Amino acid sequence: MPAILQYEFMLRALASGILIGTLAPTLGMFIVLRRFALIAETLSHVALMGVAVGLITQTFPTVVALVAAALGGVIIERLRAQGKLPGEVAMAIVLYFALAVAVVIIGLADGFNVDLLSFLFGSILSVSPLDMWMLAGLTAVVLLFVGFFFVDLAQSAFDEPLARVNGVPVAQLNLALAVLTGATITLSMRVVGVLLVGAMLVVPVLVGLRVATGLRASLAVAIGSGVFSAIAGLTVAFYADLAAGGTVVLASMTLLALALAFRQVRRRGRRLSS
Amino acid sequence: MHDRHHDPILEWHGASFAYNDIPAVEDVTLQIVAGEFAAILGPNGSGKTTLIKLALGLERPSAGTVRLFGRDPLDFGDWDRVGYVPQVRNGIWNDFPASVAETVSHGSYRGFSPRAIFGRSERPEVIEALEAVGMAALRRRRIAELSVGQQQRVLLARALIRNPELLVLDEPTAGIDVSGEEQLYTVLRDLNRLHHTTIVLVSHDIGAMLREASTVACMNRRLVLHGPAHELTGDELSHLYGVHVDVLMHDALHEHR
Repeated sequence: MPAILQYEFMLRALASGILIGTLAPTLGMFIVLRRFALIAETLSHVALMGVAVGLITQTFPTVVALVAAALGGVIIERLRAQGKLPGEVAMAIVLYFALAVAVVIIGLADGFNVDLLSFLFGSILSVSPLDMWMLAGLTAVVLLFVGFFFVDLAQSAFDEPLARVNGVPVAQLNLALAVLTGATITLSMRVVGVLLVGAMLVVPVLVGLRVATGLRASLAVAIGSGVFSAIAGLTVAFYADLAAGGTVVLASMTLLALALAFRQVRRRGRRLSS
Repeated sequence: MHDRHHDPILEWHGASFAYNDIPAVEDVTLQIVAGEFAAILGPNGSGKTTLIKLALGLERPSAGTVRLFGRDPLDFGDWDRVGYVPQVRNGIWNDFPASVAETVSHGSYRGFSPRAIFGRSERPEVIEALEAVGMAALRRRRIAELSVGQQQRVLLARALIRNPELLVLDEPTAGIDVSGEEQLYTVLRDLNRLHHTTIVLVSHDIGAMLREASTVACMNRRLVLHGPAHELTGDELSHLYGVHVDVLMHDALHEHR
């Protein structure tokens, strides 16, 4: 058996990676298509605030972060839906507020400690059995949600007013999407880290959008790239003793570079044949 | 028996709306009844699109009331009676991966459909709707790869597949060439005459509207004129647009009314 499969912590990290690779691009597809990709970045900072609060008050950091990120998602969506603030302004306000609170609390706690660093950069060693099972539960919820509401989500990503006139419950779907995004980010940050977790929602999706025609095909390619990046990145991190968050995201970036090259070649091929 | 032909489909009673205190629609009272082919005319920025958005519940009037099939649009639930073709802006679907057939098939949405993710896109009714607008050959292309005019036609097919009682189109001829335009009007004419679909068309193409529509409402924030298309005079239109307009009516053009 290869060394990577002989350690229980590594099996947990791999299982969690595969779950994240499935979960994050599934939600990410509808976030990217709605041109709302920055929400991932914003909610990861809200989650960081939750972690800081959890660490200093000695409560479960993941649980506090989960609640904070879900609430953050609801607040952003509400601000955006009211139309008083453009989406990116609403996100900027929430992002900097959360980051400022996190910085103050981290300062109070006398700077960075090992726990906080593992949240920031991700750590294979820190994935507990509970983290893994929570990820599995969330993945099941997200797959059911996207499966059941696929046409609804596709329509509201395509054109929101048109979707509303077709009877799609756009506002409720957007809220659900925001809350699930918050939960995904929080539960993924143990492996990938706060700083990079947003990339898992966005980069595999970009691969899918470059390579495939059809929404379902793009989603399948996005999930495939997510899972591949997680496995490849964690394997490299294990053998080369590197930070897992960085290697996983760099693996997905490699796929994106290949996808862009593939599109160039296909375009040139079309031009020659026509 | 109840005569469905004069049932009001869309009603505005003293409706007003402003974007950030800039009035877009002021005190409009207008009714569109079943079977009508209504054109809403007016220069750019005259509130035509806003008027439509109010009727479909996409915006709320700041004063007055709006009715869709006799109900407040917010309480309205029978969305399968309505087909809507919004304005297409250049490049809005740049990255959207859906194919043309997929986009049209989503038009047949009738509320929560948990198994739809497994459904086929190229169903007979999808192909039929695409053929009606002359786009069947492009059904496997990405919607993002098409021109604005082609995207507009796909959206029309997407509305047609719903078999709506009311079809609302916002500037559907933008970006379409002359032959495409003629094809579009043929489709609308058939729907209106053969299926008694009520049609509301926002446009600034005066000539085509006088030819195709049964009634014309002219907007310039307020409702300036409203009446049967053939009663409009050049003087009235000149007043609306602030330029000289000659209305040259040909008897041949009246034929299909």
